[in-house]
Amino acid sequence: MAGVSLNDRHLELQVYKNRVVIAAVFCLLAVLILIIRLLILQIVNHDVFSTLSQSNRLRLMAIAPNRGLIYDRNGVVLAENRPSYRLELVPEEVKDINGTLERLRHLIKIEDSDIERFRKERKRGRPFEGVPLRFNLSEEEVAQFAVNRHRFPGVDIVAGLSRYYPFGAMTAPVLGYVSRIDEDDLDTLDEGNYQATTHIGKVGVEQYYEKLLHGTVGYKQVEVNVEGRVINEIKENERQPVPGEDLHLSIDIRLQTVAAAALGENSGAVVAIEPSTGAVLVLLSKPSYDPALFVNGISNEAFAALQADPARPLFNRALHGQYPPGSTIKPLFGLAALERGVINENFAIGCSGSYQLPHDKRRYRDWKKYGHGPAVDLEQAVIESCDVFFYDLAYRTGIDAMSDYVRQFGFGQPTGIDILGEKIGLFPNSEWKQKRFGEKWYTGESLSVGIGQGYTVATPLQLAYMTAIMASNGQAYRPHVLEATSLPPSQIELLQAPERTAAAEPTAVAGAEAGQAAARPETAIDAPPGSQLHKIPPALQRSVPVVAQRHWDYIRKAMMGVAHDPKGTARGSFQTAPYHAAGKTGTAQVISVKQNEEYDEEKIAKQYRDHALFIAYAPAEKPEIAMAILVENGGHGSSAAAPIARKIMDQYLIARIH
Amino acid sequence: MISDRYSAADDSLVRELFRRFRLDPALVLALTVLMGLGLIVLYSSSAQSMPMLNRQIIRLAIGLVIMVFFAQIPPHTLKFWSPWLYTGGVCCLLLVFYFGHIGKGAQRWLDLGFARFQPSELMKLIVPMTVAWYFTGKSLPLKFRHVIGASLLILIPFGLIAEQPDLGTALLVGAGGFMCLFLGGMSWKLMIGGVAAVGAMMPVMWKMLHGYQQRRVLTFLDPESDPLGAGYHIIQSKIAIGSGGVYGKGWLNGTQSHLDFLPERSTDFIFSVLAEEFGFFGELLILTLYTFILLRGMGIVLRARDTYSRIVGGSIILTFFVYVVVNIGMVTGLMPVVGVPLPLISYGGTSMVALMMGFGILMSINADRRLSPG
Repeated sequence: MAGVSLNDRHLELQVYKNRVVIAAVFCLLAVLILIIRLLILQIVNHDVFSTLSQSNRLRLMAIAPNRGLIYDRNGVVLAENRPSYRLELVPEEVKDINGTLERLRHLIKIEDSDIERFRKERKRGRPFEGVPLRFNLSEEEVAQFAVNRHRFPGVDIVAGLSRYYPFGAMTAPVLGYVSRIDEDDLDTLDEGNYQATTHIGKVGVEQYYEKLLHGTVGYKQVEVNVEGRVINEIKENERQPVPGEDLHLSIDIRLQTVAAAALGENSGAVVAIEPSTGAVLVLLSKPSYDPALFVNGISNEAFAALQADPARPLFNRALHGQYPPGSTIKPLFGLAALERGVINENFAIGCSGSYQLPHDKRRYRDWKKYGHGPAVDLEQAVIESCDVFFYDLAYRTGIDAMSDYVRQFGFGQPTGIDILGEKIGLFPNSEWKQKRFGEKWYTGESLSVGIGQGYTVATPLQLAYMTAIMASNGQAYRPHVLEATSLPPSQIELLQAPERTAAAEPTAVAGAEAGQAAARPETAIDAPPGSQLHKIPPALQRSVPVVAQRHWDYIRKAMMGVAHDPKGTARGSFQTAPYHAAGKTGTAQVISVKQNEEYDEEKIAKQYRDHALFIAYAPAEKPEIAMAILVENGGHGSSAAAPIARKIMDQYLIARIH
Repeated sequence: MISDRYSAADDSLVRELFRRFRLDPALVLALTVLMGLGLIVLYSSSAQSMPMLNRQIIRLAIGLVIMVFFAQIPPHTLKFWSPWLYTGGVCCLLLVFYFGHIGKGAQRWLDLGFARFQPSELMKLIVPMTVAWYFTGKSLPLKFRHVIGASLLILIPFGLIAEQPDLGTALLVGAGGFMCLFLGGMSWKLMIGGVAAVGAMMPVMWKMLHGYQQRRVLTFLDPESDPLGAGYHIIQSKIAIGSGGVYGKGWLNGTQSHLDFLPERSTDFIFSVLAEEFGFFGELLILTLYTFILLRGMGIVLRARDTYSRIVGGSIILTFFVYVVVNIGMVTGLMPVVGVPLPLISYGGTSMVALMMGFGILMSINADRRLSPG
């Protein structure tokens, strides 16, 4: 092109044409490059981008399983899921959250604690998911909001299921409650399975059988947009959640109701066990609390009020209350002395109202000022609750022998009930004292132990457990509240083991228990329409060796005397009973109440009356129910506790049949 | 292509109309087919928004009217006005520079009260027109000093537009001017030297770039480095195209676009929607139409009557094709995201005006040649 003449139009055109052709070649080359690029993207790498596109738009959304229901032994619902409405706010859709909250509060009651919780949960929430603001809206509130809904974009009422306990406070000591999953729970739970779950069992059966009750999470695949908002649900890829197991408890709610009514306004606890299986029929602690408060998040004030309440409604006396067993333990000491050959049935002592150890000036008083007579044998001593006799018996048996024997009846150990947190009580021996106080055991201390005072403490559950073992001639079945599920028991063993055990110490009993459980064939009981239920086989923890059956019969007779002998301490309650009961009254001195809670000592000082205790089983000949009753500050076991036992027994043994 | 249009046998009314309005039927057909396809894609990308579709139809109609209008202006009239338009355009750019309306972080608009307009868009046409006017009377291929003179004519508006900042438009304006230089026979040595000079100036220019422009270039080099930030557009666009496959996901079935993963899906990234929903064959169709327009335009300018027409026409058709290549290169991740719409298909009116003016001029050049073949 160098030597082109200046005004040669033809050459000029030639240059231009050249350039156009070159440009065309460049353009076509560019098109070719684009086509190759598109080929690479769309055909060579199609699968890669296809997958990316899918994962872009498809998201698994968890569906919470319905929590299993809880029934009593007769099929009465104790815990169910009720439709409920909650108010939710989607933060991404609300411009002015504070303003909206303020306006909402004019419409619907929203506590400061609700807002506090809302703010906490908002931080945890995923984008475009509603954060609950209020639970359990009333029909009225739902209507109120519906009318004003247009004023609150991003706020909506969501229907869901909420745990409901028809018997409220009465079943709280057994069932516990479910509550919002909190930070601590997040550390331990299986996040995958709990993705859509909002509540978790915190106490009681709800906690212990959480894994059974919860069920398995379901999924649905949803199409989301770039902001994570659900655009569409894809039906084919849905996996329905598996609802939690329904639990059938051994609790008899009618019996529990009778017990609660009999206890009246008193504080106290009732535990009733079926001696032949360990099935817990009644587990009551009064006063109690309304579990509904906890289901949807209790406000700080309400919780503080519950905690500050001097009647201590949150305190589960049946499992956590440790009381001196008082005279209720006397029949067991009698049995111990007989079985260990310390005394025989003919042994008798004179009781003049006080007791003295050899070489000791100190007098140990009997509750009866002038004594029980010149020749008190074991039977009379049990019937009349003669303290002097049991002082002497304790002296003769010795603390370590007593301790050895009564431990077989569960003292100082967990009973193994399927509710977490039971206290294990205490039964002292010389070794324990040496360890605890660095002192040797004084014989005088044995005497206090001999009448159920001193260091000895036990929970009402432990007393009922002891009573059940005595009633069944030494067969110790693990107390349990779960009676049956639709799962074979072998699967439950795997599921139930709770990770967060509070008090469960491994005991030598565990092996025996497992062995027994395996040995017994599982039995299917009559199920409500639908699925077949598998009954949990009773777990025999141990058999107290029976040296002589007549010793056991002797004690049984003595305890029957408590209820039916003209001099029996509980005769007032049982003389009209159409069956034979065996029991023992007791009185626990309040000083020994040593739970670790801070409350006003002066206030308690006014309520310094003794706790009334009563243990009993019936029918004495073939026991079907064994129980322990505690009436706090109730005074005497005979007057305050025994009548309650009578009412429960009547209900269980008579009303049940008719 | 189109057979002998002088044949009296098929001299239908339609043909007569085309001739009377100085229009090239083949080009008009290709343009309208592309517009139609664009509307189909827009219907999908806009989430079936009829208001958007209606607005676009009105714009296209106005565009066609503008094209017809400009087809009536003989090239020599344009040539006469070129320097004046250039002066006016640069003044407008200065006005924008001082009083312009700020939108989306850049100052591009001039508010006329009744309408806002973007002088930089018009410069896409005015610059080649002016450069071609400047070439008139000067012998081709260009001498060095003429190249310098033309370069100045290009660089003044380029600088003003880049400062708005609108690097995409500035580059396209520059490209339009450069096409003139190229078609004017600028020597290869000079071109290579120019490229070298630009390369040497890169570090300086880099400093002059705005932060977002720097980011765009950086993310272009490695989009995955910032998948949630600036690289997001490119990645999502590639996913849309790649997942479209050979046949596409079907009209209105593009998940990337309908679920908002694809940004700017009706404007700059509309090709990705097309690719996702119509697949490889859809893209081939579009590319074929664009290439047809390119070749048709080249056919016109090759037979143009004078240097001015050849240079302006050639620049217009090449710049048009540059848009296509840059846009598709951008959405496929071959080029940085510079904000160039896909001609005739992307939603929006501003770029349409200059584009249709250009095609109007091209038609006029065609008609001019036809009237007095030379």
